[in-house]
Amino acid sequence: MKKKSGLFRLVDVLLLLMTVLPIVCGMVIKVLTKPAAEGIEISGAGIFFTIKLPLQDLPITESQVNSWLVIVSVFFLCLYLTHGLATVPNLRRQHLVEWGIEKVENMVNENMGEYFHNFVPFVAAIMVLSAFSSLLTLVGLYPPTSDLNVVAGWAVLVFFLITYYKFKCGPAYYLKSFAEPVAFLAPINIISEFATPVSMAFRHYGNVLSGTVISVLVASGLQGISAMVFGNLSGIIGEVPFFQIGIPAVLSIYFDIFSGCLQAFIFAMLTMLYVSSAFPSDEYEERRRKKLNRQKAAS
Amino acid sequence: MELAIGIILGCCALGAGMAMIAGIGPGIGEGHAVAKACEAIGRQPECKGSVTTTMLMGCAVAETTGLYALVIAILLIFLAPGRFVNILVNTMSTLG
Repeated sequence: MKKKSGLFRLVDVLLLLMTVLPIVCGMVIKVLTKPAAEGIEISGAGIFFTIKLPLQDLPITESQVNSWLVIVSVFFLCLYLTHGLATVPNLRRQHLVEWGIEKVENMVNENMGEYFHNFVPFVAAIMVLSAFSSLLTLVGLYPPTSDLNVVAGWAVLVFFLITYYKFKCGPAYYLKSFAEPVAFLAPINIISEFATPVSMAFRHYGNVLSGTVISVLVASGLQGISAMVFGNLSGIIGEVPFFQIGIPAVLSIYFDIFSGCLQAFIFAMLTMLYVSSAFPSDEYEERRRKKLNRQKAAS
Repeated sequence: MELAIGIILGCCALGAGMAMIAGIGPGIGEGHAVAKACEAIGRQPECKGSVTTTMLMGCAVAETTGLYALVIAILLIFLAPGRFVNILVNTMSTLG
């Protein structure tokens, strides 16, 4: 292994600093703008300020700011991980990156097929963004994924993708697909078309939000129990909520880490499944073959 | 007036609790899914990975109805009381 030069190390440290800096920024903003909560408090995303626009006021909320912080942080993390790539990998981080990219490529190829090979960056981006947004709870920031608006935006993006791939065989084929098994089922098909983004958004946001709500409820309940048990003791021992030490951490492992990563995985997986099942591959292949034959016959 | 507001708050809480009865369904459904997945892994341990992935997907989809109930419950607890009380106050002021 070659010795790293001083400049290389300096750039490494700078990139790592830029990765951590947005998160620290978010914590500072939170400390500056939000007073410490007394007791139990469950609230939505706070609004920092509102931009006056002619049609509709644009509020800049905590979830917007936090998701931009996550985007910047992930951007510099990617720069750090891909810094010093070599044909023969001599850095540990390159092995990590290659392993991750191979995993995502395998997943996309397995679930979507060869035609959708260029979906790998999109799926990876959605997965990383969602996972990091949910993991923001670990440093005490408001996770953007527990805001319905953020996740609904992603779901609408996926909905447009689905519709785009349904249009691949022309509008007539698209309209015909609504009258699939029988014609009078068309209204139900239309409803299920719109239920897809709604259910995707609600699933992700509901999972993250329910985790937050349950964690807060359990923590405040434990405070009550320890006040009941140790409250009569004199001095400082009576005021320390002993039951709050450690027990909420177990819940946090499930709700923040496991559930957050699982929801990211499921969102990406559902995106892949919906998009690939929306694409009428047989019909598309047949049309392309016919077109090629016609071109051959003409020339 | 206080009585009416009290009834509104109480009924919102009751409604939220009743909405969460829907949590039974996903619980049973996911339990079935996991049980079958365990059976499948026991029979064919070599396809553990794909069975687990498919099971998680199925669980996520089965969870959706429960999460709809959860969203309704959250709306009932955090949003509905204020809105209903506002409507009540407005109608009282217009009636005089």
